[in-house]
Amino acid sequence: MLTQRLLTSDKGGMVVLGILALTCILVPILNLAVPESSPLHVSTFTVTLLGKFLCYALLALALDLIWGYAGILSLGHGAFFALGGYAMGMYLMRQIGDRGKYGDPLLPDFMVFLNWDSLPWYWLGFDMFWFAMAMVILVPAILAWVFGWLAFRSRVTGVYFAIITQALTYALMLAFFRNEMGFGGNNGLTDFKDILGFSITADSTRIGLFLASGIMLIIAYLACRYIVTSRMGRVIVSIRDAETRTRFCGYQVESYKLWLFVFSAILAGIAGALYVPQVGIINPGEFSPLNSIELVVWVATGGRGTLYGAIVGAFSVNYGKTIFTSFYPEAWLFPLGLLFVLVTLVLPKGLVGLFSRFKRRHKKSNDAKQEDAP
Amino acid sequence: MIVTNAMFKLQNSVRRYLSFTLLLVMALGFSPGYAQSAPDKTTTFNTLVDELAEGSLSKRIKTVSAIATLKHERSAIVLSALQDGSLKATRGDPTLVVIELEDDSLLSAQTGALINDDLGRLKRIPIHNKLRSQLHTLVAQLNLSSPDKAIRLGAVNRLITDGGNEETATTLQALRESEPDSGVRDAMSTAIAMYNIQSDDANVRLNAVKQLQGSLIPEVRGPLAALADSDPDKAVQQEAQQALESIEGRLKVFRFSENVFFGLSLGSVFLLSAIGLAITFGVMGVINMAHGELMMIGAYTTWVIQQLLPNHIGISLFIAIPSAFVVAGLVGIAIERGVIQFLYGRPLETLLATFGISLILQQAARSIFSPLNRAVSLPEWMSGSLQINPALSLTFNRLYILLFGLMVFFALLTILKKTSLGLKVRAVSQNRPMARAVGVRASWVDALTFGLGSGIAGIAGVALSQLTNVGPNLGQAYIIDSFMVVVFGGVGNLWGTLVGAMGIGLLNKFMEPYAGAVLAKVLILVLLILFIQKKPKGLFPQKGRAAAD
Amino acid sequence: MNPFKHARNWSTRALPVKDPNFGHAVDTSHGPILYIEDVNVSFDGFKALNNLNLFIDDGELRCIIGPNGAGKTTMMDVITGKTKPDSGSIFFGQQINLQHLSEHQISRGGIGRKFQKPTVFEALSVYENLELATADDKRVWHILSHQLTGAQRDKIDEVLYTIGLSQHVHNSAGNLSHGQKQWLEIGMLLMQSPRVLLVDEPVAGMTGEETERTAELLTSLAGKHSVIVVEHDMAFVRSIAKKVTVLHQGSVLAEGTMDQVQSNPKVIEVYLGE
Repeated sequence: MLTQRLLTSDKGGMVVLGILALTCILVPILNLAVPESSPLHVSTFTVTLLGKFLCYALLALALDLIWGYAGILSLGHGAFFALGGYAMGMYLMRQIGDRGKYGDPLLPDFMVFLNWDSLPWYWLGFDMFWFAMAMVILVPAILAWVFGWLAFRSRVTGVYFAIITQALTYALMLAFFRNEMGFGGNNGLTDFKDILGFSITADSTRIGLFLASGIMLIIAYLACRYIVTSRMGRVIVSIRDAETRTRFCGYQVESYKLWLFVFSAILAGIAGALYVPQVGIINPGEFSPLNSIELVVWVATGGRGTLYGAIVGAFSVNYGKTIFTSFYPEAWLFPLGLLFVLVTLVLPKGLVGLFSRFKRRHKKSNDAKQEDAP
Repeated sequence: MIVTNAMFKLQNSVRRYLSFTLLLVMALGFSPGYAQSAPDKTTTFNTLVDELAEGSLSKRIKTVSAIATLKHERSAIVLSALQDGSLKATRGDPTLVVIELEDDSLLSAQTGALINDDLGRLKRIPIHNKLRSQLHTLVAQLNLSSPDKAIRLGAVNRLITDGGNEETATTLQALRESEPDSGVRDAMSTAIAMYNIQSDDANVRLNAVKQLQGSLIPEVRGPLAALADSDPDKAVQQEAQQALESIEGRLKVFRFSENVFFGLSLGSVFLLSAIGLAITFGVMGVINMAHGELMMIGAYTTWVIQQLLPNHIGISLFIAIPSAFVVAGLVGIAIERGVIQFLYGRPLETLLATFGISLILQQAARSIFSPLNRAVSLPEWMSGSLQINPALSLTFNRLYILLFGLMVFFALLTILKKTSLGLKVRAVSQNRPMARAVGVRASWVDALTFGLGSGIAGIAGVALSQLTNVGPNLGQAYIIDSFMVVVFGGVGNLWGTLVGAMGIGLLNKFMEPYAGAVLAKVLILVLLILFIQKKPKGLFPQKGRAAAD
Repeated sequence: MNPFKHARNWSTRALPVKDPNFGHAVDTSHGPILYIEDVNVSFDGFKALNNLNLFIDDGELRCIIGPNGAGKTTMMDVITGKTKPDSGSIFFGQQINLQHLSEHQISRGGIGRKFQKPTVFEALSVYENLELATADDKRVWHILSHQLTGAQRDKIDEVLYTIGLSQHVHNSAGNLSHGQKQWLEIGMLLMQSPRVLLVDEPVAGMTGEETERTAELLTSLAGKHSVIVVEHDMAFVRSIAKKVTVLHQGSVLAEGTMDQVQSNPKVIEVYLGE
């Protein structure tokens, strides 16, 4: 019953989920079991790259849920991603122990460098994995809750909300750049050694992280589908299309937006937490408004309001970016900017919309042919 | 109020001061009064200067005294050059005595003429401590009796900062009676008091302390504090404490005024960058994320024009203002016609598309002008500062930008209120179909309004180029602040933008001393978010039924 | 002094959210279900409502007419919580002070509103539109985790029949005709089982036949619900109204049957004089 609800009338989603599941099965085999000399071998570099993309896709999914369905455009979703990443980074920092450059058993290198003599209170507990994971969820959730409560309560919507969220991530970036904040300032957190006792650079750990990201993405996708196919999903769409009317139907619009925003922030935080061990660093640059806005373009390119479109968009834009920057490392902003303009002007439904339009036309011409044939 | 010009602020740099005097002398030429006695006086002076280069130190002391007594118009220049070691001699024969300026150019010690020949290696004319203190007194005395008011004041101020001796104090006392200028006279009193404050006589000290009450010169506070702390005489101690307190009180007032000035100056930058936005955002309902880049275009326009006219920095600035308006305005119109006109009524899409444009423009600037920052030189009248008193000085560039910002603001207000374009803009913004029905070409008005807003962004860029370096990221730094200003002030109200800009500017500057620049910014963002709770539509909301929807 | 003093605390606290249908508990023992007393609203110095006094009886069908700017829409805004009055009081029954409630609470409590411009959720089907409006616990968790009950689905069928859209149940609301959208919106009000229906210009832009059907629909609703209709179309008002209130410059100019009102010299002056 439930699976039927989640998966029927979601052909695109089925295809994307299928590809995801297949990748999750094939990539580990091709990396670990196939010898390096074989042309079928997938290098660890590629595994990490794909893992990164999976995290991006999860982040894009989180944004699509609020932007595509509820019409809440957040230009600061990178902030929740980064916060989740920092929580994970703090755990990884504490795991380094006395293997740092300065060999301090308790303090991370940058604190020794700053002549701090004890761990700040907000670093306590991060040596425990479960605590760090709780923080990965709680910190973005609490920030989203407080911020969303303030914003939605005063009916800040549309472009205002977009700008204020951008200011939020900007403010966090400024704050995290400060050494006094105790998050490594400019350099952020890096030089991680191991996670849950496994070396972070080992191939098997990479595969593990890749798998975790893939499975998390699938779970998150199903969770989002559950929301949008429930009655709540219909309320959310109504809020997007006619907020006042929804209010007069007796729905407390603010709390719907708030819960959805918080849930989305949690997904973004988890994406960040999975991202950090794979790339090996988290720094305040992740808070930069540009990152959040790039994320918006992934969703827009893929096609918003479809969930799987966000995944398609995250993969295709980032793949394009990887290819492009390997040829012209400096000029990525040109195609990125152009993508913004093109998607808004000619592709409002993104790649997914383009594909279905294509299919429809194809079908029509087929039908026409059949009619022509006697 | 004493208006000092740029050169004067740096009285401590004797070399600067030398070249200043030199210019003055050259400009005046030799006055006819000098003509009669000049030949033999000048001959003696020339000989004496040549003698400085040779002989023992003890002989040099005599020569120095002789030069001072001669009171030649270049006596002070040569002696102070000797004092700070820029008086040099050639190694050849005959020995030439020259003054080496900071930029390595050489002047003849006797005539002050520029020497272009290569003189080989130079040796510095040596002095020792005794000679140095003698020079100090002599130079001060010579300058104190200079006919130029500015030189006299400079000499007195040097005495205040470096401290005088009994001899200079006596000289000052005598000169004060005949000093025509009240500003110089006050400075002389301070200098004398600064000397007297070290006196052994408690009464003299007491009077000196009274004299120093309320003085804002920083050097005054040290000795006063010493007296307030441990003067043997109770009355003096008390008086000194009082004097210090009154100085602190006055300083607080001036520090406050300085903060206000800096706050307003920052506010004027916000104002310039936000009013263009306020038009496009408030009046047209269009969010232009490329607004910062339009400012960047204005700044680069300034830089380019300056490159084309390297010798006319002042003029190039005045050419830059209209050019930047036109260039940024045209780019704005192109953006409106090319992209935004297809997106009216879809604010979020407009936001994204213009963000894309901003990325393209940024990258274009990086590709054309390199990612490095470019420095725009300030015209002379923009550099330096308006010295209101020793504790308060206002830099000219900030002052002018503040005035400029207000000018642009009122000009824009007039355009919107008084011109037919303004009328049409307001008509379209209030009721697009109705405006169209009465014959307003809405699309044409849109393009022009957007051009106007963009042009003002260009002008803001010109102003910014006078404050910071010009680079591809110039616009990014201000865009979020500008949006905050518009949100704070209320959309669709230019007065709100003015109050919002100045308010946020002031808040920034007043929080900086307590929280640091970065944290102040963060706190302001937080405050703004809280402020929106109270007043979701800003300080000056648009009222009425239309606004409630 | 204030007879409702104790009630105010009560209404702000627990009630509206806990019981989604508190409208049924409204105390109408004195007759009226809505009390609008001395209400003032001004925008930028313009008095939209000027000491407005209006009482609506339980089960009554009341038509409100008046020239443009008379304050009709503002009156609806004030009742539904969209606009807060500068002064005056609005009570739902004897005890519930609407000034302290927000829009969704007022709506849950049993005051439904149809807008001047038909606003249905065009991206959703007719069925989903009605489902959204169904009276239920409308808090997030309940809506996320519960499907409609059988009774609620029956209610949807019933309303679909009432508004004559049974044929279109799975059509997208965006594809309905103008008149059908108006009916759907009325249907959505009915799904909320409201005590009071505020209907703003229900027949604007309708064909003659549609107008007739709407008149039938509204008169059939009176009795079970209190219906307040704001309308410009005099013929329509005459066809349904028992009691008419004329608003002018934010206050009541005249009240009575259509004939009484139409012969009132003040009304004639307002409509024809200037």
